This record gives sequence, structure tokens and C-alpha cells, in this order.
Amino acid sequence: MTTTENTAPDADAPPPDPNAVPITLNGREVVARKGDLIIKAAQDAGVYIPRFCYHERMNPVGMCRMCLCEVDSGRGPAVTPTCMVTVAPGMKIDTESELSKRMQEGVLELLLANHPLDCPVCDKGGECPLQDNAMTHGPGESRFVEEKRHFEKPIPISDLVNLDRERCILCDRCTRFADEVAGDALIEFTHRGNNTQVLTFPDEPFASYFSGNTVQICPVGALTSTPYRFKARPWDLSEVESTCTSCSVGCRVVVQSSQDKIVRRLGVDADPVNWGWLCDKGRFDYEATNSEFRLTTPALRDGDQLVSAGWNAALAKAAELIKAAVDSDGPGGVAILGGARGTNEDAYAWAKLADLIGTPHRYSQYRDGLPAELLDLPRATIDETAKAATIVLLAPDLKEELPVLYLRVRDAVEKKRSKVLEFSATDSGLTKYAWRSMRYRSGEQVNAVNSALADPAIAAQLASGPVVVIAGKANLAEQSAFQLDAIAAVLDAAPGAKVLPAYRRGNVVGALQLGLTPGQGGEYTEGILKAAASGKIGCLVLLGSDPVSDFPDTGLAKRAIAAARSIVAIDTFVNASSQHADVVLPAAAAGEKSGTTTNLEGRVTRVLAKVNPVGTARPDWMIAGELAARLGGDLGFGSVEEITAAIAAEVPAYAAVTAAALAEHPDGVLTAAPGTGKLAGQDRVAPEPNGYAYRLVVSRKLYDGAVQTQMSPHLAGLAPGAGVHLHPLDLDRLGGAAGTPLKVSTGKAAVVLEARPNAGVPRGSVWVEFNQPDVNIGELLDCEAAVHDVVIESIGGGNA
Amino acid sequence: MTTGTTYPWTPGFVAGDRPKIVTSRFEYEDSYTLERYLATGGYEGLKATLAKAPTAAHDEVKAATVLGRGGAGFPAGTKWGLTPQGVWPRYLVVNGDESEPGTYKDRLLMERDPHQLIEGCLIACYAAGLSQCFLYIRGEMALAQERVAAALNDAYAAGYIGKNILGSNFSLDIVLHWGAGAYVVGEETALIESLEGNRGMPRLKPPYFPAAIGLYGKPTIVNNVETLSNLPWLMVNGAAEYTKIGTETSPGTRMVAVSGHVKRPGVYEIVNGVTTFRDLLYKEEFCGGIRGDRALKAFVPGGGSAPWFLPAQLDIPFEGRAAGGAGSMLGSGAVMVMDETTDIPAAALTLTRFYAHESCGKCVPCREGGTWLERILERIVAGKGTDRDLDQIFEVGESICPGAFPTAANEELGIAAIPFPYKMTTICFVGPSAYAPVHGALTHFRHEFEAKITRRTIPVSVAVAGGGA
Repeated sequence: MTTTENTAPDADAPPPDPNAVPITLNGREVVARKGDLIIKAAQDAGVYIPRFCYHERMNPVGMCRMCLCEVDSGRGPAVTPTCMVTVAPGMKIDTESELSKRMQEGVLELLLANHPLDCPVCDKGGECPLQDNAMTHGPGESRFVEEKRHFEKPIPISDLVNLDRERCILCDRCTRFADEVAGDALIEFTHRGNNTQVLTFPDEPFASYFSGNTVQICPVGALTSTPYRFKARPWDLSEVESTCTSCSVGCRVVVQSSQDKIVRRLGVDADPVNWGWLCDKGRFDYEATNSEFRLTTPALRDGDQLVSAGWNAALAKAAELIKAAVDSDGPGGVAILGGARGTNEDAYAWAKLADLIGTPHRYSQYRDGLPAELLDLPRATIDETAKAATIVLLAPDLKEELPVLYLRVRDAVEKKRSKVLEFSATDSGLTKYAWRSMRYRSGEQVNAVNSALADPAIAAQLASGPVVVIAGKANLAEQSAFQLDAIAAVLDAAPGAKVLPAYRRGNVVGALQLGLTPGQGGEYTEGILKAAASGKIGCLVLLGSDPVSDFPDTGLAKRAIAAARSIVAIDTFVNASSQHADVVLPAAAAGEKSGTTTNLEGRVTRVLAKVNPVGTARPDWMIAGELAARLGGDLGFGSVEEITAAIAAEVPAYAAVTAAALAEHPDGVLTAAPGTGKLAGQDRVAPEPNGYAYRLVVSRKLYDGAVQTQMSPHLAGLAPGAGVHLHPLDLDRLGGAAGTPLKVSTGKAAVVLEARPNAGVPRGSVWVEFNQPDVNIGELLDCEAAVHDVVIESIGGGNA
Repeated sequence: MTTGTTYPWTPGFVAGDRPKIVTSRFEYEDSYTLERYLATGGYEGLKATLAKAPTAAHDEVKAATVLGRGGAGFPAGTKWGLTPQGVWPRYLVVNGDESEPGTYKDRLLMERDPHQLIEGCLIACYAAGLSQCFLYIRGEMALAQERVAAALNDAYAAGYIGKNILGSNFSLDIVLHWGAGAYVVGEETALIESLEGNRGMPRLKPPYFPAAIGLYGKPTIVNNVETLSNLPWLMVNGAAEYTKIGTETSPGTRMVAVSGHVKRPGVYEIVNGVTTFRDLLYKEEFCGGIRGDRALKAFVPGGGSAPWFLPAQLDIPFEGRAAGGAGSMLGSGAVMVMDETTDIPAAALTLTRFYAHESCGKCVPCREGGTWLERILERIVAGKGTDRDLDQIFEVGESICPGAFPTAANEELGIAAIPFPYKMTTICFVGPSAYAPVHGALTHFRHEFEAKITRRTIPVSVAVAGGGA
């Protein structure tokens, strides 16, 4: 956590601190902060008051009574729940009085009375607050001789979480988290008195994207996660603090391993970013790192097959293919796609390699994010966003793509700091928290923005304080120009507004800033794929890249892969694109390599290796160095540290990102934001659809067909599969019902998907999930089209 | 006790020339109708109130020191003054969730004189500047719900509730709400939670009163049914007349529900600070003595959660401080009488079981401690207790109420009185209430528990300190 502690006051004239509250803590004079709860003030002064229900990031409930102490507020010592009372000047707090101790012992004895004490088989054993508090504050022996309370041993309350009600001490942490923090109040107390228990509602599993957090904050072993269950004992774990790179929020995590396998990720309370929370994908997709399907050795093409090979042969072959491409087509015959999933060091090394080869064709996005020019706009941090008077959403559904940013924005709304003004094509996870939520037909967002800006109430709101625009590509089936024009219109109307770019992939910002972006005369992904499809690319390098799955024009991607004269893939798995490669080089995955990563607000944090790479896999930067050597060059660095230093020395925005600064600030160092750019809007609007067609919206779900999710056994099944979401009245008009197979066709192609009535989709539009494991709607998309209008027909089959 | 009548426990208007403030209409069969109410001076208090400025009406109630009749005895006029000014809306919530064991006075008030309560609500809202009234009636009280609902309809039709009441610019709506049946909802913050549609659990304290932040986060006054039923008489007769009854600190009358081993159990309107427990239990105009003229063993003076009194405390008057100083409380106005034939451990179990069952489950000491006490008592009553159990009861109790627990003086055992109140580790009083009965029973009648314990020791490897009598 970045600390902003006051230094000791000057001797001459210390101005009285209005926030200082003098209190007496166990006979010691202490200065607390105004508004702090006693339990927090005591902790800051080095006195730990035992607790179970209290959690700094949630409202106090005073449920467990563990923190009761004698507190004298001027009317004599009184029994006080220290998690519910704020400090007052002159307060005398005694956490160690006879009575305080007696109460603590009493509560612990009562908590343990019905606790099953199955610690030897409990995942929490060894890191359990109940164990710890029983050791430090407990009576040492139970006098409870009655039969204990019994419940069915763990019941699954979701695919990821098990609930053992016998162990539960009913501290209200998980239920408060689900309700207050996540907004998914799917677990609640039921029954009463001694039979009180936490349960889900009938037939409604705890299907929250944030369910894993309840496991982490559970002070006993009542909630355990399916992926970690029985995998390790806490004292066998070793850990490093690192950053999650599953999306570009950049949550700080602790990565824990046992026997050189990652077994758990836990959220770290990084104040500027994730507040200790993680989404379930970020928490559990380490499973992919451990997958048995990982690439462990290089592989070379032999006819239809990829055959494993040694590194020397594979690197020589890759260098040979690159050289051949340069020889036949010049440096532009080589193109590099990807790099957004690695570290900054990986991206920088590959950009240097591209420079060495001389190719300008390199890009790390797939038309699924807005262009890099967003990074030149005045940039907001996540904290600034969550404090802004108005948050304008012109972005994909944050709950699906950047879940922890969703939590921060939701918190800003719930705590009444911010109002959300949303422009979207369909309802999003934040719609119900929005102050105003405007629906537009895809391609017409600038009209929606302009008419909203003409509303005096909205203009007044925008003028009332700081404005942050969360800007991202909301619909993969439309040209980015429409979204950019809408963003430009908002920025024109709110001149001081800042932008938080909602890029999705883990290190896409780092990749864009460190050179994996087209050079002079270079092509973006679309141009690279088109060039490849027409045979103009001699060697296509896929750097952790799968355009067949990710590019929202699957047809073009497939043609490009088929027509590229050679393909070199660097990846952790063989995927839909790299299975056609000539050379496949195994890359180290998250958790296996060190470096730095840059999140969407430009915050650089460290990523640390916890386990050794599987097989002979190597980090991307090292592969770049090896290839450079074989191409007769030298990138000039032999270690991650050297690259980090080179970035700081050579990239102006990263000047402050030194190893020393990173070590000093575990929560990260912000890159310099230029903040001078301006978006030139043109108020472009897509043509009207014809009367029979539906405007198509395609966006991602948290769980999809991406390899990281599909190679994590406990997450793979959570992908919902593709379906046609359309308004129930539209579905009625088509004569369909939920589950009816519907044929969705553009002029060129058609797919059959099941109907999903969804009142969050406006009439005349349909929404389909992108890149789902069963059907990839990308098959239907044409990257040339401004927007996509589809015809939908019910093809019978009745109500499935 | 007569049989065959609808209300065998019709209160003591049988004899005696006592002041009747809230039970004056109970002698009429049709006391609950608007016709009878109007014929006996009904809604005159409202007219008198509306003739005054709200502050003047409020001052009248303050001057009369109408103590809350729900249990805590906090002056209603003072409570009304705790609401912050200028915050709207402001609510009156009528606590009709009477569920303290032994208490059934509010039920009778709602069944037999619902208009008196409605008039009280109107007066309170006018005087305290409250904009809406919610009447929360316990789920089990079907007849009370029916009568109050009918009375509300009649009063609306007659223009006593609604817009511009009696031609004034005072308007009020009263919303009737039926509870779902939970003892803890009688606690005012839990009642507010329940009214909002949440699980009936007490709210955090502080704030100690919902006056500032109550129902839907707005200023809220929660008053007991009987408290409000006092207001019509008060506004007709004035604070001066009201304070002539009773004592200076506890003016007026209060209703006491007597149950147990007396000849004539029922609800009696007694005079605060004047009537003693001996008067109530033995005088002909009240209960008429112990059944079969047996000896009194013990009695609970203020509802099931009050520490027990012994015959030595019979001469204590109905006055909060007198009862508190003697080691108990008047609570919700319920006296439970146990004669010499009572099986004390079984009686204690009955009460403790109730509170353990009614714990909402929020605070650990109540949720776990109450049930633990119940289990121990069950074993003792079943003849399976051990001598370690008796000290264990006190140990568990101390985890709920650390420090000294209020106790009546017992000369025979050399026990001095320990005055009210107690310290507690729970948010509300349900936890301590589970301990109070067994604490009193065990303190004063330990020999009865010991007699039930057949096995004197239990075979454990750990030596029992001080055990094995």
C-alpha cells in the first residue's frame, strides 16, 4: 500500500492536526485518526484486538462480539464493540483488562462450542483466524460436553465454492461481501438462533464472478474453493507477491505454490487498485499454468503434424523462416501479432527484435480494443475514476471484461461519490447502478451522446465536478470509429474530462507503449491478416496470439493463417491458430516468469516467477534474444533486470519505473501520461438497418473460449455458450421461445444459435456472446462492415 | 375464574375504586367499536390536542412524564424530542409486537380498545411532528389484528385519520403491518428491520435510539401500545391530573399481566409507585391470593427476562427504581407467580428454552450461550446432570453478562441485593434474558438443582476443581 504518512511535525510551529484524536490505549497516550473505529486505531497503534466479523473494506456489523473491550468515554468503563464505535478525544481503551479478557475468552469458548474442530482435514487449518485467536485469546480448554450441532458436510453452493455449515461461525463476512461489495446477494442467513446458517436460495447457486473472495475472507474453513480443496497445507506453501495479468486491471495477488506447482492465488489489498478483491477468473485461472496440455518442448511441422524438437533446431528453423521472408519480401515480409499477454520486458524485447528485423508490421490487439491513441488522452487512474462526480461509460460491460474495475465503480456509486452516465447498446452489469443509462443502436452512439448532452440535467451533472470517461470497444461487430466519435463528443462537452481506457488484455497497455504497435508504414492486425491472406506475408509471428479465436472476422483470420507462407508461434498452448504453425516455441506462463506489467491506468507493477517453467519453456524476451542472435544481431540484454532498466532509460513514459521505485512501491509506479492528445470526432453514424434486420452486438463474457479459461478445468464449464439474446417481444414476433434454435444470417454466412429472451437487449437489436467454446460468432463477422445487420429466422424445433 | 366467557382474564374492574386510564372501557362487551368509543368520550383527546400548537401538546406529554410501557421505561416526551428537526419524512412506529413471556396487556388494549390506541397515535404524531404511522402487530395476535384493522377503517371513514383530520391542517396515514412471529422483533431496531422487509435482527448500536436514523434511515419514534393508549386520557384531563396519580418519578397507572399460581390471573391496571406486589397478588380487588392458599415461592416481576423476586420482595411498589435497586426490573408489566409446589429447575428451563429458541442468531454469546444453558438445564431436569453443571451455568452466563448479575436479596442464604442493570456482551437483551431465569433459580434454589443431579461426578481424566461434593 502506498503510504502518505505525515512526517513528524516541526519543532517550531506544529499546526494542530484537525484529524488527530488523542486517546489512551492500555495506559499509553496515542494519537488516532478522526473517524477511525477503535479496532482500527488500536491496530494502527500496534495493539491487535481479536476479531472475526470486522473487515476494513466492509461495513461493520458487530456480529461476532470478539472485539468487545472496556472503553471509558468519560462515563466509566463500558463494554464496547470496538468495531462499531469510532474514537473520541480522551477515550480510554483497555484491551487487556480482566473484563476484556474474560469477554474474549467467553466468546471464543462459545464460538468453539459447536465448531467441529476438524482442523486436521480443514483447508484453513494453519492459517485460520479462529485457530489463531483461540491460541492467543482463548480459554485453552472447552467445557462443552453436549452434542455438537450437525449439518451435512460441505455442500457445493457454486461450481467453485463449497460450504461447510458446521465450521461456520456466522460472522456475516461472506454474506456482506456478496451483498455490499459484489452486489450479488445470493447467499444469506436462513433459520434462526442456534440453527442460523448461511445458505443460497433454492435453485439459485452462488453464481457470482466474485465468489472466490468469500473463501479468502472466511475466518474459518466454512467456505473452501473447489480448485484448492485438499491441495496443500498452508505451512507447505511458499509465496510471492505479484500481479494478476488475466485482464488489464492489474490486481495485486499473492501467488502460492507447493511442490513447484501453483496452487492458489489470493487478493492483496492494494489501495489504488483491487482493495483485496479478485474476480474468480483471476483467482482460479492459474490452473491453466498447471495444465497437462501445456507446450513443454518446441515443435516443428512435419507434414500434418507438429513434432517435438530441441530448442536449437526450433530456433534455427524460426530464424531461417524469418530470414527467408525478409529475403523474398524485404523486412515487411515479417509481421508480429500479439504480445499483450506477456510482461513489459517481453514486449520490449520483441519490439527490439522487430526493429532488428526491420518490420513495421506489429500489433498487440485484434480489433477488439480501441486504438492506442486513447493512451495519448488525459488519463485517469482507477482512484480518480472512483472519485469522479460523473463516470461516463462508453465501454464494454465492465463486469464481464474488467470485473474488479466494476467493483470499484459500483462502490463509487453505492457510497454516493459518483454518478454513472452509461451509453450502451444493451444492459450491462452497471446499468442498475447508473444514474442515467442510455441505449443506442450500435453505430448510432454519437447521436445518443449528442442528444443526452443537450439535456440540461445531464449537462449540469457533467459540469458539477470531475468527469472520467471509461472508454473501450463495446461491440466487436462495429467499426471503432463510432465509439471514438461518441467518446470525442463527450470529451468536447466536458473539456476537463479524463479517460480511463478500458483495454482488456493483461498487458496490452504495456505492449502498446513499448513498441508492439505499427512502425512507419506498418499495418494493424487487420492489415497484417489481409496481407497474409493475399500471400504477402512471408513469416507471420504469433506471439501468444490466436487470431482465429480472437479476431472478430474469423474467416479472414483463417484465410490469413492458411495463406501465410510460414508461421512461427510462441505460446503456452497449441491453439486454433498456432496448430498451423511451422515452428512452435513453448513460452513460460504467468507465474513462471518475472518482469513488470502495465495496467489500464498506466500503473506498472512487478510480476514475479513462483514456479519453474514447465518442460523447457522460456520467457518470451529470452526467445526474442535467441532469435536476434541467430539473425546476426544482439538485443543487448541478458536478464529481465537489464530490460527493465533499458525501458526506464529509453522510454520517456517509463522513466520513473526503475527497479528501486518498483521495490519501494509494491502497489506500482504510474507511467507518465502525456495528457495532451485530443480525439477528433466526426459524428459518424451507421446507415439504418432495413426493416427486417436486427442490429448485431457482439461482446465478451468473463468466461469464454479463450485458452486460459478452457485450460482451467474449474472455469472451462462456466462459459455460457453462445446464444441469441433478444428482447422477449422480438422473440414473440419470431414465434420463438427460450431455447428455440434461431438461424442468424448476414448476407454471407449463417449460424444457428439458441434463443435467449433478454429484456436488457433493446428491440431491434440482438446480442451474441463472442468466442464461446461451441460457436464463435466471429464466423459471421466481416471486418470491412461498418455494423452488422442480421436476419433472424426461427427454424422450428419447438420449445427446446 | 369464570368459564365460558370470551375473556376469562378480563382485567380487574371487579371491585375497588381505582383510577382507570387505559382500561376504562373494558367493561363493555362492544368496547372495540367506534360507537362505544365515541359514546364514552372517544376522540375528545384528539380534539383537545388539535386545539393546541404541536409544541404545546408535546410539552403537555413532557410535563406528564409518561414513561414508556414497553420495558425500558424511557419518558415518551423526552424520546420525541430526540428527533432531529427539519428531516422528512418522520415516522411513528407502534410496537405492537408484544411477545415477552407472561405479557399480554398490549394484546388486550388492541383487542378491546383499538380506537384508544389509534387516537394515541394521532396525538403522538401531531405533538411530535411525525408524518406517517406504522402499526406493527405481532403475527400471532389474530383478533387484535382484526379489531385494529376494523377500527382503522371506521376511523378513516369517520375522518379521524386521513387528510385534514377534523377540519384541521393535520393529516396522517396509519399503516397496519402484521409481523411474522419473532420475539426479538419486539426490540425496536429489529422491529424496524422487520418492517423494512429485512431479517428481524437488532441493528448496530450506536446509535442507541432510532430517533435520528430509524425506519428507512429517517427519524423514527418507536412507542409501545400502552404508552400511546395513555395519551387520549392525558390530553383530555391534562398533565396536572395525570401526575396526581402515582408518584413523582412514575406518574400514572400501568397495566400488569399476572399469570401463574394466583387465584385470579389477568391484566390489572395498577397505580405506579403505589401498588405493591403484595397488593397485586393478595388483594381481593386484584388476584386474590395464591391458588389453594399455598405459600409463595418466587415470582418474576417484569416479564420472563426479569431476574426473580422472592416473598421478601413483595412489598416493593411498582416503581422502576425500587425494583431495579432490589435486583430486578418492571420490564414489560408481567408478573409470573410460582407457589411452593413449583419445580424450580423445570420453570427455569421453560423460560431459558424460550429465549434460546427466539435468539435471532446474530450475537455469538446469545446464539451459542443460550442454547448451551438450555442443554445443561435439559440434562439436569432429566436427571442426568452433574455437579459440574451448576458452576458451568454461571460460567456460561458470565460470557453473556460479564461481572455481577442483578439478584434479589436472600437473607436465608446471606445474599445481598445486586441492583440492576447488568453488563452484556450482546447487542440486545435476548441473550441476558436466557440467563436471567436460570441465574435467579440457581442462586436462590440451588438445593433443588442439586437434588436433581443423580450422578455426582462424571468420568473424565481432568480433575474437576472443587468438585465432588
